[in-house]
Amino acid sequence: MGYVGGSYDVIVVGAGHAGAEAALAAARMGCETLLLTINLDMVAFMPCNPSIGGPAKGHVVREIDALGGEMGRNIDRTFIQMRMLNTGKGPAVHALRAQADKFDYQHVMKRTIEETEHLTLRQGMVEELIVEDGKCVGVITKTGAEYRSKTVVITTGTYMRGKIIMGELMYESGPNNQQPSVKLSHCLKELGFQLARFKTGTPPRVHGDTIDFSKTEIQPGDDKPQFFSYETQSSDNEQLPCWLTYTSETTHQIISDNLHRAPMFSGMIEGTGPKYCPSIEDKIVRFADRPKHQIFLEPEGKNTSEYYVQGLSTSMPEDVQLNMLRSIPGLEKVEMMRTGYAIEYDAVVPTQLWPTLETKLVEGLFTAGQINGTSGYEEAGGQGIVAGINAARKAQGKSPVVIERSQGYIGVMIDDLVTKGTTEPYRLLTSRAEYRLLLRHDNADLRLTPLGYEIGLIKQDRYDRFLNKKALVEQEIERLKSAKIRAEEPAQSLLEEIGSAPLTGGCSALSLLLRPEVTYAHVERLTPAPNELTEEMKEQVEIQVKYSGYIEKQLQQVERMNKMEKKRIPDDIDYFDVHGLANEAKTNLSNIRPLSIGQASRTAGVTPADISILLVYLEHYNRVTAARAARG
Amino acid sequence: MVMSHDTIAAIATAVGEGSIAIIRISGPDAIARTTAIFRTKDNFETAQSHTVHYGHIVDAATNERVEEVLVTLMRGPRSFTGEDVVEIGTHGGVIAAQNVLQMVLRQGEVRLAEPGEFTKRAFLNGRIDLTQAEAVIDLIRSKSDRAFQVARRQSEGALSKQIKPLRQQILEVIAHVEVNIDYPEHDVEELTSAFIRTQCGQALEGVNRLLKTASEGKILREGIVTAIVGRPNVGKSSLLNALSHSNKAIVTDIPGTTRDVIEEYVTINGIPLRLLDTAGIRETSDVVERIGVERSRSALEDADLILFVLNQNEPLHDDDRELMNQLAGRQAVIILNKIDLPKQLDTSELERIFPTDRIVSMSVQEEQGIDRLEQVVSDMFFTGGIETNDLTYVTNVRHISLLERAKQSLTDAIDATYAGIPIDITQIDIQQAWELLGEVIGDAAGESLLDQIFSQFCLGK
Repeated sequence: MGYVGGSYDVIVVGAGHAGAEAALAAARMGCETLLLTINLDMVAFMPCNPSIGGPAKGHVVREIDALGGEMGRNIDRTFIQMRMLNTGKGPAVHALRAQADKFDYQHVMKRTIEETEHLTLRQGMVEELIVEDGKCVGVITKTGAEYRSKTVVITTGTYMRGKIIMGELMYESGPNNQQPSVKLSHCLKELGFQLARFKTGTPPRVHGDTIDFSKTEIQPGDDKPQFFSYETQSSDNEQLPCWLTYTSETTHQIISDNLHRAPMFSGMIEGTGPKYCPSIEDKIVRFADRPKHQIFLEPEGKNTSEYYVQGLSTSMPEDVQLNMLRSIPGLEKVEMMRTGYAIEYDAVVPTQLWPTLETKLVEGLFTAGQINGTSGYEEAGGQGIVAGINAARKAQGKSPVVIERSQGYIGVMIDDLVTKGTTEPYRLLTSRAEYRLLLRHDNADLRLTPLGYEIGLIKQDRYDRFLNKKALVEQEIERLKSAKIRAEEPAQSLLEEIGSAPLTGGCSALSLLLRPEVTYAHVERLTPAPNELTEEMKEQVEIQVKYSGYIEKQLQQVERMNKMEKKRIPDDIDYFDVHGLANEAKTNLSNIRPLSIGQASRTAGVTPADISILLVYLEHYNRVTAARAARG
Repeated sequence: MVMSHDTIAAIATAVGEGSIAIIRISGPDAIARTTAIFRTKDNFETAQSHTVHYGHIVDAATNERVEEVLVTLMRGPRSFTGEDVVEIGTHGGVIAAQNVLQMVLRQGEVRLAEPGEFTKRAFLNGRIDLTQAEAVIDLIRSKSDRAFQVARRQSEGALSKQIKPLRQQILEVIAHVEVNIDYPEHDVEELTSAFIRTQCGQALEGVNRLLKTASEGKILREGIVTAIVGRPNVGKSSLLNALSHSNKAIVTDIPGTTRDVIEEYVTINGIPLRLLDTAGIRETSDVVERIGVERSRSALEDADLILFVLNQNEPLHDDDRELMNQLAGRQAVIILNKIDLPKQLDTSELERIFPTDRIVSMSVQEEQGIDRLEQVVSDMFFTGGIETNDLTYVTNVRHISLLERAKQSLTDAIDATYAGIPIDITQIDIQQAWELLGEVIGDAAGESLLDQIFSQFCLGK
């Protein structure tokens, strides 16, 4: 029999990377928040790579931090390796990537959650949602507890009707042999949600003591690690290396010989897998001419001998996996500790969501993370914080917050999901962002910290520091504009030294910095910077000056698009009533219900002509409404 | 004011009607962009609203005079669209208006107006009464649908065949760059400046080639779609050759040698015609020829103007009668060919269906009567008889301006590789070129990039 468990402002279901961010955001915004998880030992668990960041994903972690979220701080405290990637490329695509001590990562996050005010962490499997008058007002757990709330966020990851598959073996399970969540999926279906079936997978783990590292290449971390969080100043974490090896011809032969036992090809798997993250058997079939594939051996933590075998994601039978592993140089005598597997799970078709991540079908119900068809911890965290913010603001009677595509990768991701949907697990890539040069790793704070402050997730002292940084950067750029460099020593010999053409007349320090081969450090030698300028600020000055031409161009595009984004579409519009719209546009717009003309223009099957017609219709609508209002 | 963030231009008069053509420019840059290419004795940029100025449009690059024009200036909000509007009046005919429009668009700050866009802006800026909303929508819909048809026709055309391989070449570079950025640790080849230069350089050559043919008036030119139809061996290909003064079509005495639709572009009194010589229409069992015949039928359906060729040395054939019935009510000229041979054809049957001033007797082989044919065609055109679609002309200008911008982007990208600009920034120009070429053939961006990446490279954890 059921009992009354308690009453909250916000309930978050699931304590993975999405749920943790959602619950922390809501509680920090002052909402009484309940965080429920099937297994308390699985808070912020990493069922796949023990790694955070990389291109686009690392950008998201920076954005979460700029908004006042936890992921950046948490990985800064628990990393065992830090590397800045893409340093040979432009500043927009520099990307930080960390190896995590996956056990520390969980424990530190769990501790943070436990210590956060207004936040209650409890073990319990949610089986039912309480929906009254079309609004979600609580949840019921397997043990019969009935919790009431103003809003609910669901972050079920791969647990919903989860099914693990390896070779001929298939059984119901969440990730890492956790209990799956079965009834919640049925509940969502009954509420009218359209569900999709997706698939992902993970490679085997091996015992480090049985690896012959002499046959592999070492991949160390950076000497001077940088950090994800704008709050982290330093770290004394010791770094561990990763190791690189390759598959061999024998590996490929083993896989080919056993393809008939691969669930990918035998038809056992019905879910759609991500094309950017294929299993090793898939790679060998699709890229048959490649003689070898990279394998990275990544430590799972300081206090364990387990290694993650990156590149060998597979759902082959256990005996085949072992043979595959032992055919790889360095792994000849390896002991497999955990078997790789594929996992199928239910997801909600994300076009059923508003850009706030609230469902269109049930008011007050939000979803975030893998349930929305994404893959990756960072993608989950990014949605988690947005869902948490909006669930809290709704509970507090405040207006919703939407992150625009021009503001961050989080905005790009959510807009892609709710406007276009996805036919496979969605992963962020920098190429998905049309304003890549504006969405840089270095300027996440400039893009999002004012919003974080406004929402109440960024505290005053951090905001003051941010404003100070911003002001100093702007002042320095102004100073460089007026600082004159004369066509004489020491400028000329410096230019000669770096292979740049000598000056023929005086110029500003700023125009000198615009030369591709001249860095801020060079300019500083000719005209010293004010003392209070930190390295971080200098970097910011250099980037903003050097790429100003390209940045300016993208800003103009954003401005143009923003006019479309700001044109709101009224809720009560009936697209079938809009004379002249093509039928495909009518159907798709009725389904997506875009909030703005900008979003409408990105909806599938909507042509520029349809947008023109919609604009004319809205103008007509507004004038008629205004005329009616004037008449009283 | 709404949507006044960019400036648009288009030929505002229907092509071929009247003795002048007007190019309308509307938006915040309308006056500045006109000033840049307009030589007049007044100061045009600061001139008063609602004034008319005489002068010349010049090519900004060479400073050469392009056209003699009368330019009207109307400052917003007292204009048709409610924005700053400039109207450039040129001599009539197609070429003058196209040249001027091209000079306007070439500057890059002004884009070609979408179908019905001037009217849309007028409405959104409150210059058109509320009651007209539906009429405005209908205008946008019908113009867009027509534009879509034109675009679809082109996407199957010769230009598209030239552009697609160039785009593919660029796409491979883009995919390569993106993989280098998004998968920095994967053992895909590190992208070199040399690779970008080679690939972009080849694409640039292709674009230059297209621009060259455009200026010579071969591939890019669009015009009134004109189908030459008739039974086999009545002289269709000879007519095409006579009109185009070239020898592109194969001409023999054996029926069925023209097995495909052959295209040729000619200008008659300033009117561009896109001539389609169709395979002789008759029932056939030869497979190759049958394909040609089917294409002929579809060419016939698409045509704005039909030249129906008959051999007056032979009596009317049942196939002729079938064609005659199909052509009833269409814009057609009946050509009685081979008047150098004895007349065997009774024209009374023809005269019952077609007006006599549309029936022209000629001998293509003896070059007799071609002048008369040209006169009939231009009369039909200038009296508005031929249903012309102004978009077909404008797309030509549009293509050229898009190709010129693509050329610029590719050049910028190649220059950037020498200047040591990082690849992800060079990429902005490369992607721009790819999108511009896509616009030429009506193919938008989207998932094809990601598909290319994941089919070309083996990625995954």
